[in-house]
Amino acid sequence: MNAPLIGARIPRKEDYRFLTGAGRYTDDVTLPHQTHAVFVRSPHAHAKIKSINSSRAKSAPGVLAVYTGDDIAAAKLGGLPCGWLITDVNGQPMKEPPYPVLAQGKVRFSGERVAVVVAETLDQAHDAAELVEVNYEVLPAVVDAVKALAKGAPALHEVAPDNTCYVWALGDKSAVDAAFAKAAHVTKLEFVNNRLIPNAIEPRAANGSYSRADDSYTLYVASQNPHVERLLMTAFVMGLPEHKVRVVAGDVGGGFGSKIYLYAEDVVVTWASKQLNRPVKWTADRSESYLSDAHGRDHTTTAELALDKDGKFLAMRVKTAANVGAYLSTFASCVPTILYATLLAGQYTTPVIHCEVTAVFTNTSPVDAYRGAGRPEATYVVERLVETAARELKIDAAEIRRRNFIRSFPYQTPVALLYDTGNYDATLDAATKMADVAGFAARKAEAAKRGKLRGLGYACYIEACGIAPSAVAGSLGARAGLFEAGEIRVHPTGSVTVFTGSHSHGQGHETSFAQVVADRLGLPIDSVDIVHGDTSKILFGMGTYGSRSIAVGGTAIVKALDKIVAKGKKIAAHLLEAAEADIEYDRGVFTVKGTDKKKMFGEVSFAAYVPHNYPHDKLEPGLNENAFYDPTNFTFPAGSYVCEVEVDPETGVVRIERWIAVDDFGKIINPMIVDGQVHGGLAQGIGQALTENCHYDASGQLVTGSFMDYSIPRATDVPMFEVDTRETPCTHNPLGVKGCGEAGAIGAPAALMNAITDAIGAKDLPMPATPQTVWRAIQNEKAA
Amino acid sequence: MHPFIYHRPANVNDAVTLAAKGPDHKLLAGGQSLVQAMKLRLSSPSDVIDLGSIKDLSGIKASGSEVTIGAMTRHAEVEKSPEVRKAIPALAALAGQIGDRQVRAMGTLGGALANNDPAADYPAAVLGLGATIVTNKRRIPADEFFKGLFETALAQGELITSVVFPVPKRAAYTKFKNQASRFAIVGVFVAESSSGVRVAVTGAGPCVFRQKDMEKALAAKFSPESVAGVKQAASGLNSDLHAGAEYRAHLVTVMAKRAVENALK
Ligand SMILES: Cc1cc2nc3c(=O)[nH]c(=O)nc-3n(C[C@H](O)[C@H](O)[C@H](O)COP(=O)(O)OP(=O)(O)OC[C@H]3O[C@@H](n4cnc5c(N)ncnc54)[C@H](O)[C@@H]3O)c2cc1C
Repeated sequence: MNAPLIGARIPRKEDYRFLTGAGRYTDDVTLPHQTHAVFVRSPHAHAKIKSINSSRAKSAPGVLAVYTGDDIAAAKLGGLPCGWLITDVNGQPMKEPPYPVLAQGKVRFSGERVAVVVAETLDQAHDAAELVEVNYEVLPAVVDAVKALAKGAPALHEVAPDNTCYVWALGDKSAVDAAFAKAAHVTKLEFVNNRLIPNAIEPRAANGSYSRADDSYTLYVASQNPHVERLLMTAFVMGLPEHKVRVVAGDVGGGFGSKIYLYAEDVVVTWASKQLNRPVKWTADRSESYLSDAHGRDHTTTAELALDKDGKFLAMRVKTAANVGAYLSTFASCVPTILYATLLAGQYTTPVIHCEVTAVFTNTSPVDAYRGAGRPEATYVVERLVETAARELKIDAAEIRRRNFIRSFPYQTPVALLYDTGNYDATLDAATKMADVAGFAARKAEAAKRGKLRGLGYACYIEACGIAPSAVAGSLGARAGLFEAGEIRVHPTGSVTVFTGSHSHGQGHETSFAQVVADRLGLPIDSVDIVHGDTSKILFGMGTYGSRSIAVGGTAIVKALDKIVAKGKKIAAHLLEAAEADIEYDRGVFTVKGTDKKKMFGEVSFAAYVPHNYPHDKLEPGLNENAFYDPTNFTFPAGSYVCEVEVDPETGVVRIERWIAVDDFGKIINPMIVDGQVHGGLAQGIGQALTENCHYDASGQLVTGSFMDYSIPRATDVPMFEVDTRETPCTHNPLGVKGCGEAGAIGAPAALMNAITDAIGAKDLPMPATPQTVWRAIQNEKAA
Repeated sequence: MHPFIYHRPANVNDAVTLAAKGPDHKLLAGGQSLVQAMKLRLSSPSDVIDLGSIKDLSGIKASGSEVTIGAMTRHAEVEKSPEVRKAIPALAALAGQIGDRQVRAMGTLGGALANNDPAADYPAAVLGLGATIVTNKRRIPADEFFKGLFETALAQGELITSVVFPVPKRAAYTKFKNQASRFAIVGVFVAESSSGVRVAVTGAGPCVFRQKDMEKALAAKFSPESVAGVKQAASGLNSDLHAGAEYRAHLVTVMAKRAVENALK
């Protein structure tokens, strides 16, 4: 029997392939008779299309076709669907304006697809795209959610003349108002949770092909969830039977949410491949991604916390305008509602909470889930309020949190969620100790001698992961299930292929999932391969997002393993001539209880496929099982971050001196991979707080259209992270796992902004805290 | 990228003859500005004249009082050159702060000067040190070379062959980087030499410029305190998403003070 694999820091199996350039990404797929597509995009944020003349482009060298919105309309392709129906405060369904795959008469954001040119080579397609003449009548644009709600703002859609997609609320408003009326103290903040542009290393790409032989399609696409992509594309847009469409998302170079969705380009290349009877490939360049990928965040929020004189939280009141962009992307509607307002209890016993969200259409790229999706926004609200309240009431920032921690579980929050387990004292205590908070005053004094401002900030976050029980999601408006599927195929000589509906695009599934399987079957990890990302191989899958892979996808695999072991016991009982009830199983070894009679897993699997001596009357040969798992609750990872910064008051530059992260992810399969996920998440959260800002000018032009102006954090912007974990196993899945993919991005912004405001003595500061922003705030504090 | 005709002349004469044919004929040095613009289809030359084969255009020569650097010398070569590090350490340090390794391995001194990006680093050193730009036709003093936004004294088809840097007594360059692009939001080069003190500012305005008030203050006493109180006017400075004119003006003073501190180290 091998050493236990669960909990081992095993190097990632996939890294050899990635680091030696042997990965196979969508753009690496070049099919026989390949053609190339370039999209003609609107240069305007809001305009009527008066006419399109593509005759010059059509006769350019190498051009096979130019398609416009008219061709799409003639082909009766549907618009892109939204996967979540939100019902507004009046019981009415949200407004769902059509989202055509190529613009129909009007464009609503700069970068919207107006036409597509398909040519023999990419250069020819680019050259011809320049020849497509589009005659626009430019309309006034609005990019800011609050401005879009004002009277007289330009209206984007006929179905939503006031630009409102929905007004939605959660919580008991009158109870909250009553609590505020008698509170000893109210802390109030107004802020913008800044819009972010996702930056996967690999931009989006799609390569559609059609086979005349069996009237079927194959779409290679950089996607986080190929089955969902197929379902949405076939059922809602193209009207095709699913069995005629295969979606392959092989190696995908990062997603962070931006590759969850069904995009217009995916549909267009698939459709065009049949028109031309040739495969059609499109790969975005970086600036094209910036214009057309779904962005993240963009909330304008007023938040209030009511406290008694001892710092006990009495109530919270939150009002948010959420910018959803020009159209509803696949999950856009649930992010600022279901994934946001439900998290506003945080780690605290706040008895009543009310949150009202107005989702607003603007002339910007659609906004959807981006690492954390709603939960970073919620954590920012809660943790900025809590820290600010502590300062106003002169209570230590850790102490005020301890006075309000939830300590008895399961805990029903006032915002719908039922936390199964947690131990918030454990993570906060560990973090404050690691951070040497006791020595902070001395460090601050020493920094002051050098002319620097030192500050300390906390964030105690919670997230709801492992989305979700399908029934709960369905009752909240989800238009799909949220289970996961897994299949274990044991080969005759005992090696194993595992098929999972979870997709890996940086998360390390090929290692973590293999650890779970190899550990249970007593196999070396190299005897287990994980296959994902191909609808022709995988049973079904809902894909990877919301830190759900190990909790939901991993559990599906465990359920399938249970079936393998159960069948193995029957086979072993036959081989060992014992009663099935007497067979015990532990990590690859079947033994007859109380004896030294045993059969190894490999012997059992061999018997299953070479069934000479086999209980044919009771059992089918073979050893191949699958399982679907639908969780009974979310999981609730939580943790405490402490961040210490030094600000240079002359320039406003913020340097992160230390970062302590103590997380509770439940049981951990591979601590090294978990560390990596935390590091990456923290870097992204630090990016939001310090450097990243998607900026459109008033006319709707994307100013931060490339790395020249959009600043993702570099290695020198982040400190050496000091990470640790505490463990309260999840109570409702067999592995006791909770998920770790988004935590860093969820908790980091609040911790960092708490530290910077502490350093400079400002109540609040907009994100990102760029040098100029911090410098100006320091000038304002000086002036005040 | 649009198609173009590629030339690889072996000597300066052939290069200049080709370049003189018109503005569609572009000299190619490291390609770190030109090729980018071509890839974005912002620049579509009919002919590209690659200077990469012309040996005389690169290399570093140091005498006691001068360092001469060929136009095709890569940023990385200047950064690592023992001669430059010894004679004008501030210049080597400046080269080491341009872009990233890949950019420094390709980008050249001549290309950077001919391009005269308002946020580029080399113009600050050239102006701050009072260097001389040598072309196939003439010698141009730094004070007469930088004309405005992406504009220089170079005539159509004129080719920079080298730059002669006088060796100062002391000098330093302090750069405040744009978080995204890492170009200079403000970069200040200070140099003290027998002919006086020069302070050159890049990034802040549409073109590199000398800060004469600071030069005066430093000529009286070369110390950080001398410039700490000298304010740069905000009017005419650049203002963008990353830094407004007022902030840039403030940074000019802070960077100048720090440059003087570093020069004295
Ligand atoms: C990612 C990135 C980051 C960068 N960061 C910085 C930075 O931090 N600071 C900075 O200063 N720069 C930066 N740059 C610009 C870099 O320094 C360029 O190399 C430089 O601006 C141009 O030099 P080049 O040799 O690449 O010239 P090219 O791009 O080849 O040419 C630029 C222009 O100069 C002309 N030219 C070239 N050589 C000559 C010559 N000998 N005589 C006359 N005309 C000539 C060309 O015709 C062209 O018009 C960055 C570039 C990139 C891509």
